[in-house]
Amino acid sequence: MSGLIVTALVVLVFIVIYQIAKASELATILRGEEKVKSQTNRLMAWLMVAFFVLGMIGIFKCHESLIDKMLPESASVQGDHYDTMLIVTLVLTGFVFFVTQLLLFYFIYRYQSTENRKAFFYSHNNRLEVLWTTVPALALVVLVVIGLKNWFTITDKAPDNAMVVQVMGKQFNWLIRYPGADGVLGKTDFRLMNDANNVMGLDWNDPAAKDDIIVENGEMHIIKDLPVHLVINSRDVIHDVGLPHFRMKMDAVPGITTTMWFTPKFTTDEMKAKTHNPNFVYEISCDQMCGKGHYSMRGTVIVQTGQEFKEWMAKQPAYYANVQKAATPETAVPAEGAAPTAPATDSTAHKAADGTTAHN
Amino acid sequence: MSHEATTGQAHAAHAHLDSHGHAHAHGHEHHEQHFIQKWIFSQDHKVIAKQYLISGIIWAVIGALFSVFFRLQLGFPEDTFPIMEKFLGHWAKGGKLTPEFYYALVTMHGTILVFFVLTAGLSGTFSNFLIPLQIGARDMASPFMNMLSYWFFFISSVIMFASLFVQTGPAAGGWTTYPPLSALKEASLGSGLGMDLWLISMALFVVSQLLAGLNYITTILNMRTKGMKMTRLPLTIWALFFTAVLGVLSFPVLLSGFVLLIFDRHFGTSFYLSEIFIGGKALSHIGGSAVLYQHLFWFLGHPEVYIVMLPGMGMASEILSTHSRKPIFGYLAMIISLTGITALAFVVWAHHMFVTGMSPFLGGIFVLLTLLIAIPSAIKVFNWLTTIWRGNLKFTVPMMFALGFVSLFISGGLTGIFLGNSALDIHLHDTYFVIAHFHLVMGVSAFFGMFAGIYHWFPKMFGRFMNNTLGYIHFFITLAGAYLIFWPMHYEGFAGMPRRYYDYSAWESFKQFGHLNAFISVVVIVVFFTQLLFVFNFFMSIFKGRRVTNPNPWGSTTLEWTTPIHPGHGNWEGDIPEVYRWPYDYKDDGQGNDFVPQNIPLKPGEEEH
Repeated sequence: MSGLIVTALVVLVFIVIYQIAKASELATILRGEEKVKSQTNRLMAWLMVAFFVLGMIGIFKCHESLIDKMLPESASVQGDHYDTMLIVTLVLTGFVFFVTQLLLFYFIYRYQSTENRKAFFYSHNNRLEVLWTTVPALALVVLVVIGLKNWFTITDKAPDNAMVVQVMGKQFNWLIRYPGADGVLGKTDFRLMNDANNVMGLDWNDPAAKDDIIVENGEMHIIKDLPVHLVINSRDVIHDVGLPHFRMKMDAVPGITTTMWFTPKFTTDEMKAKTHNPNFVYEISCDQMCGKGHYSMRGTVIVQTGQEFKEWMAKQPAYYANVQKAATPETAVPAEGAAPTAPATDSTAHKAADGTTAHN
Repeated sequence: MSHEATTGQAHAAHAHLDSHGHAHAHGHEHHEQHFIQKWIFSQDHKVIAKQYLISGIIWAVIGALFSVFFRLQLGFPEDTFPIMEKFLGHWAKGGKLTPEFYYALVTMHGTILVFFVLTAGLSGTFSNFLIPLQIGARDMASPFMNMLSYWFFFISSVIMFASLFVQTGPAAGGWTTYPPLSALKEASLGSGLGMDLWLISMALFVVSQLLAGLNYITTILNMRTKGMKMTRLPLTIWALFFTAVLGVLSFPVLLSGFVLLIFDRHFGTSFYLSEIFIGGKALSHIGGSAVLYQHLFWFLGHPEVYIVMLPGMGMASEILSTHSRKPIFGYLAMIISLTGITALAFVVWAHHMFVTGMSPFLGGIFVLLTLLIAIPSAIKVFNWLTTIWRGNLKFTVPMMFALGFVSLFISGGLTGIFLGNSALDIHLHDTYFVIAHFHLVMGVSAFFGMFAGIYHWFPKMFGRFMNNTLGYIHFFITLAGAYLIFWPMHYEGFAGMPRRYYDYSAWESFKQFGHLNAFISVVVIVVFFTQLLFVFNFFMSIFKGRRVTNPNPWGSTTLEWTTPIHPGHGNWEGDIPEVYRWPYDYKDDGQGNDFVPQNIPLKPGEEEH
């Protein structure tokens, strides 16, 4: 009922506005169309000027109120280059923006139709065309050069001393794997995955897999000033590892391994001090739409000093040992040559584990 | 007025042979048609144009309403809105949108606006309406195929609309419907029946666009009236021509992508699927590539943004020139830049995929090609600015929208330079910066082109004017609203705030924008109702608008204004006018007029432009 009333009200308001507008149309005819037209024209020119002035004030105010809410300075070495490039591009495009908008609105005001104005018949000028083809082209060359230089640096091979960490996306959280003492990520096979005791499908036939460490709560610990090389993939649909503070992002695609690397500059504690925010935390956002829980697919990054990291790492049990310990007879890790298909019990475990069936 | 003289001359000046066998179509010889034949299964391009336009308007209202719903969630994540339950039923129980339906709304908003409104509603309307009228043809090359194209679109619309009501909800994987999310029922509710209907609807939509596009191209190339050389075509026609070329060459690739997706969904193939563990099971698919779909999708997806943009560019050029009483500046440069944009549109698609892990070398090539597009775009902007420079600007409603188009195109276009540069794209990819960028440029700006076109050609379509006062209100609120909504989003994007999130309040890095999101949502509601005012104005004016008394109310030079106020099927009562000059002769005709229509022969000693 209330819906009907609201609809009726809206329609009524429209009718009233329309009638007023209609009346002004009739009044136009009575008062002499030409005269009203020239008045309207002047009014519109002034309104456009007002729009421009208010718009510029608005842009300034917007900038003033939002600049502090943006991300703090970049927390990675690569991010510094990124921010420099961003500012160069901003200044360049900002300049073009202000000049062209200014010209547009100035011309609107300056060349509004008046009684004795005659338009200037000016159909082309090839010199001008060449000018405004080459100048933007040159500006773009500058941007392309800076851009490609950064692009090839960022996408270059990770340095040899980089710490390797695997990030695997799943609906709807992140799994983080460290290679363990041997420094090698063990083999995996998606057919070995199950949510009870092998979330990433580690192949226990591979000795390198047995000391791998998996952090299931999406908390990635890395070391300040040490390059970190992320090996990224996905268990189910496409996700994306977004690290806004490090200015980094890479898709996690099932069946394809992607990588990215960066060097963190500040520990989480240093950032807390820098931002005066005791709750500060580096976050991993999923930046590729992955289903209903996309918005809640939050991971965190804890940047530590080498010493702190070592202490934390020492407390992490190897995943293999962990699942062995927790194993009950039914769900024990199968011996060599595990069956590719997961046992039926796993699907219930899965449902309980991440709540994918909560909504129906 | 010179228009009587104009049409008179056109009739007398030559005995034009109607070479394309449409003698039956001459309006004055026409017998009364049955209502169904005249208004429903019509083969008259003008009626088909109106069908496209009205379908587009209906879809636009639905698509915009969806954005209001999800903006309510984004702006006020803590609150409930009982009115939403009225519309959405169990998807918004207690007035709180569920995440599943939030994603469905986002997906449908994109699909509807990009395809059904800004492709079918925009180029469907204006290609159909303007091509025969402006090139001097009695109808399309194949009026029957033209009718079919609308009805394929109609069936596609019905299926898409029906998908809103299936139990598992409509498609919810984003308008790009990337697999595996869209391929696997287990991945999302929206990947069930809703996704099948989405794919079927889109396949039919592609058929409709191909039928239409082939017709537009053939008509423009073959059916121009005598004297209408390609270099005498109005820029609207050039733009619509390239729009059709883009569609015809890229839509089939999209269709192939969809067909493969249907196979993966139902017939056990693995084109896009590999090594997936979902719903507690490892799937048997191996060897496919999820990234392949993205290549196929964006091979259309990128040209698609020019399919959306070019008609607005063409119409803005035409309208700026007409209402400045001044020729378009750099006519040839405009055509060359359109050609450049069209050619480049095919070789930049992978800039949507910089962070998929594609080869960095390939990424570099796409950066180069992408940023090249900025050059023809810049040429167009400078030409528009020079067109109004020293003009005699008449601020009619269509002119206001055309000026707004230029302003928005600049604002939205410049941010493309950020996103096209792969290194900068890394951080900005899939954030609100992208939303701000493409909504300004291919959303609002394209809409401004469309609005300008509607206000400008409404008198030709319906023989009446739309109400001016409402038009001005519509203009200012929409322009201000567009900037208020999208300008601040750039800042959210700089902060890395991801797109397509249902709720940001749990995020330490993004929750500070809560008030801003609420502000944006309020503006969205205001702008939405302003659009309803436009819709109201549109339909009221069809029946009640001020009547057109002068067949050429804007003092325009192009051929559509040489037809009677209410042209019948066949457009011209007598012979089709012959063309003697370029379409932008806005100059003193020696009789007190400031324009010379295309069908006026050159005076002795007068040189053609």
